[in-house]
Amino acid sequence: MAVQDYIRKRFFPHLWCQGCGHGIVLNSLIRAIEELGIRKNDLVMVSGIGCSSRITGYVDVHTLHTLHGRALAFATGVKMSRPELRVIVPMGDGDALAIGGNHFIHSARRNIDMTALVMNNQIYGMTGGQFSPLSGPGVKATTAPFGNIDHGFDVVKLATAAGASFVARTTTYHVHQMISILKEAISHKGFSVVEIMSQCPTYFGRKNKLGGAVDMLDYFKSHTTAKGSDAHKKDPLMIERGIFVKEDRPEYCSDYDMLVKELQLKGDA
Amino acid sequence: MDDNVRFLQGNDVCVQAALYAGLEFFAGYPITPSTEIAENLAYHLPRQGGKFIQMEDEIASMCAIIGASLTGRKVMTATSGPGFSLMQESLGFAIMAEIPCVIVNVQRGGPSTGLPTGPSQGDVLQARWGTHGDHAIIVLTASNHQDVFRMTVDAFNLAETYRTPVILLLDEVIGHMREKVILPEKGAIPVVDRLRTSVKAGIDYHPYLPREDGRLPMSDFGGEHRYHVTGLFHDMWGFPTTNPKIVHGLLRHLNDKIKNNISDINRMKEYFIDDARTILISYGSSARSALHVVHNRRARGERIGLLELQTLWPFPYTQVAEKCEKARQIVVVEMNMGQVLLQVKRAVSRPERVMLANRIDGVFITPTDIRNILRLIHGKGV
Amino acid sequence: MERLRLVFSGSGGQGVITAAIILAEAAVLHENLLATQTQTYGPEARGGATRSDVIIADSEIYFPKVIQPNVLVCLTQEAYMKFYDIVRPGGLLITDPRHVTILQTVDSRQIEIPMHAAVMDNIGDLLVYNICMLGALLALTQVVSIDSVIKVLETRMPPSSLPMNRRAMDLGIALGAKHNV
Repeated sequence: MAVQDYIRKRFFPHLWCQGCGHGIVLNSLIRAIEELGIRKNDLVMVSGIGCSSRITGYVDVHTLHTLHGRALAFATGVKMSRPELRVIVPMGDGDALAIGGNHFIHSARRNIDMTALVMNNQIYGMTGGQFSPLSGPGVKATTAPFGNIDHGFDVVKLATAAGASFVARTTTYHVHQMISILKEAISHKGFSVVEIMSQCPTYFGRKNKLGGAVDMLDYFKSHTTAKGSDAHKKDPLMIERGIFVKEDRPEYCSDYDMLVKELQLKGDA
Repeated sequence: MDDNVRFLQGNDVCVQAALYAGLEFFAGYPITPSTEIAENLAYHLPRQGGKFIQMEDEIASMCAIIGASLTGRKVMTATSGPGFSLMQESLGFAIMAEIPCVIVNVQRGGPSTGLPTGPSQGDVLQARWGTHGDHAIIVLTASNHQDVFRMTVDAFNLAETYRTPVILLLDEVIGHMREKVILPEKGAIPVVDRLRTSVKAGIDYHPYLPREDGRLPMSDFGGEHRYHVTGLFHDMWGFPTTNPKIVHGLLRHLNDKIKNNISDINRMKEYFIDDARTILISYGSSARSALHVVHNRRARGERIGLLELQTLWPFPYTQVAEKCEKARQIVVVEMNMGQVLLQVKRAVSRPERVMLANRIDGVFITPTDIRNILRLIHGKGV
Repeated sequence: MERLRLVFSGSGGQGVITAAIILAEAAVLHENLLATQTQTYGPEARGGATRSDVIIADSEIYFPKVIQPNVLVCLTQEAYMKFYDIVRPGGLLITDPRHVTILQTVDSRQIEIPMHAAVMDNIGDLLVYNICMLGALLALTQVVSIDSVIKVLETRMPPSSLPMNRRAMDLGIALGAKHNV
């Protein structure tokens, strides 16, 4: 199937700003899905609220655009109910880790089979540029006009500690890596988390004088490095990209199905 | 012994009825006094191949049942006061996106943590207006276990018929009390199944285009039709829109589909209403105490009757007005500060006839409480 | 039949609520009677004062709580002090001298039954204390038949513990019968 066949053309043009990284994520996500050969009817995408969440409207699969922070909880109902469906949950940074932080860690703990994307642009875009739990100290935002004193999460460490069995990070500059990581994440059986650093030139870039979209992409290029690389050893401030966790662990829906089968074998049903 | 006779807690009856109605998916979080519902379903659902999941909170529970409903399952969650408060946002989503689901709220004393083990009926108005925005909602209640069974099945049926969340508002007394119930044979109570679209694969399916009869056939997530579901105002494809005409039309549809069907949705029981000079209006466990008083007083020749409401929302204003037309006094018996009283006053002519017999101290209202208030009303002193 | 209102009170862990449920269930499932059972919860699931109300009747029971019991069972001093005066005039008040020292006289039949001692001497396991109490109650009131209660026990207990429960019940019946006049 062609990449374009995964798009709902009726609903274009999309609402993202010029230079926004989220369109790159949409493009890469669809390419990953297409390369994996997933049937559109077998795929459910569930999103929350924010710029990121609008991604579901543009993809011609079963799409559920839910409430701020709650995408993973809705997705859990879908997946648990129909484990044969693939579930992808694109979220924003505030969406996934501020208001949705509890659902994030508990979904990871259950290791329920779905792919959580954190489209991290370090800011609340839809509401006009407030700091998020991934902004980090020193960042300027409309709710941090004198510089942010709030510390940020490290998504990779958080997801790992919470029990996600696949954890990776990439950026919108590294499109080929993004596609390959997404393919692995979607194919992985268990809860997979992919943090995608994505540029918001409109708010994050402007507030922090980072230039336009190209400058911000250039920043992703120059300030990130492959996991475990020499560049990271020399400069620990370089942000690592790649797959940090990939383990086979008992998956929630499979375990539940096993429980049901055991009960039926016992004739207890 | 009749095989179908059971001696159960109201919460257990609710579970039996939900399974009878076809419940396949339950998500919940423990909270007194509703926890037995979750405990029982954790036992029963996996044995029948259904799904039970204990979520991280009530917010997640409500979200999970909406997700599961979209895949074609009949779904339910159960909670109590504080948990019901947490569910309000996603309840609004289910209303907006027209997702059939059943929410059981076994009421306890509030506000806040309140009285976890004490009875109260303080959530009548929250059930109506707890979530934001103009909307309609169906709320059922019951005063005995046979009716708990029936109302639970009806809750599922109405949820499917009108593609809406239905709230079953029980209370601590009903939830925890044990009494006799006869479990109906399969087929004795009709069960409404999910109305699915007959549109074939490959043909444009409009998930939010009502049929001529106002109903919206669904298509399961994972099925042949792929569509968008959102909590935003949306067009017939489910795609977000701010077009005023479409926004207006959808809001009207969401309200009208309930309001225009009150006669189908309304359930009430009446005892000795025809010649009653005093009519008690009650619901849930309070109606038991009211009925006790009515039987007692009737035996002494007093012209007193009871109107027991089983549908609290949409409130049956017209029906209540008709039944109460000839009464000299109307006494609303409830365990709150007058939440149904307000509706009855709005409903009837000469609202000065309407008085409140209540109790708000976490103790189940007794027949003596009601009798004392009636004596005061009749000018006889306590 | 005359409507029978019972209140069982004691402390969490004594099994008073279970005993109340078994009695009411026996009436409904095996005697074609109606019954309600409710309980008042203390803040603690175990160790606090507990109370369970049972009404057994052959006509509809609307108000399920008991205001004035025909039969009041108090198995702790605390429960006794709290509830002794609600018993209906002419009713029956059952206590265990091991746990309750009778202080007040009430206008009812007060019966002290050494159930604790009997269970410890003959069985040595207080797990069945509540069943012994139920036996005594059945001997004194005949509200439902012993067979009906045993049928309920058979469905609620693992078969291995049935003989011990049966022995406890017989102990209670014998103790209760001593007071039957």
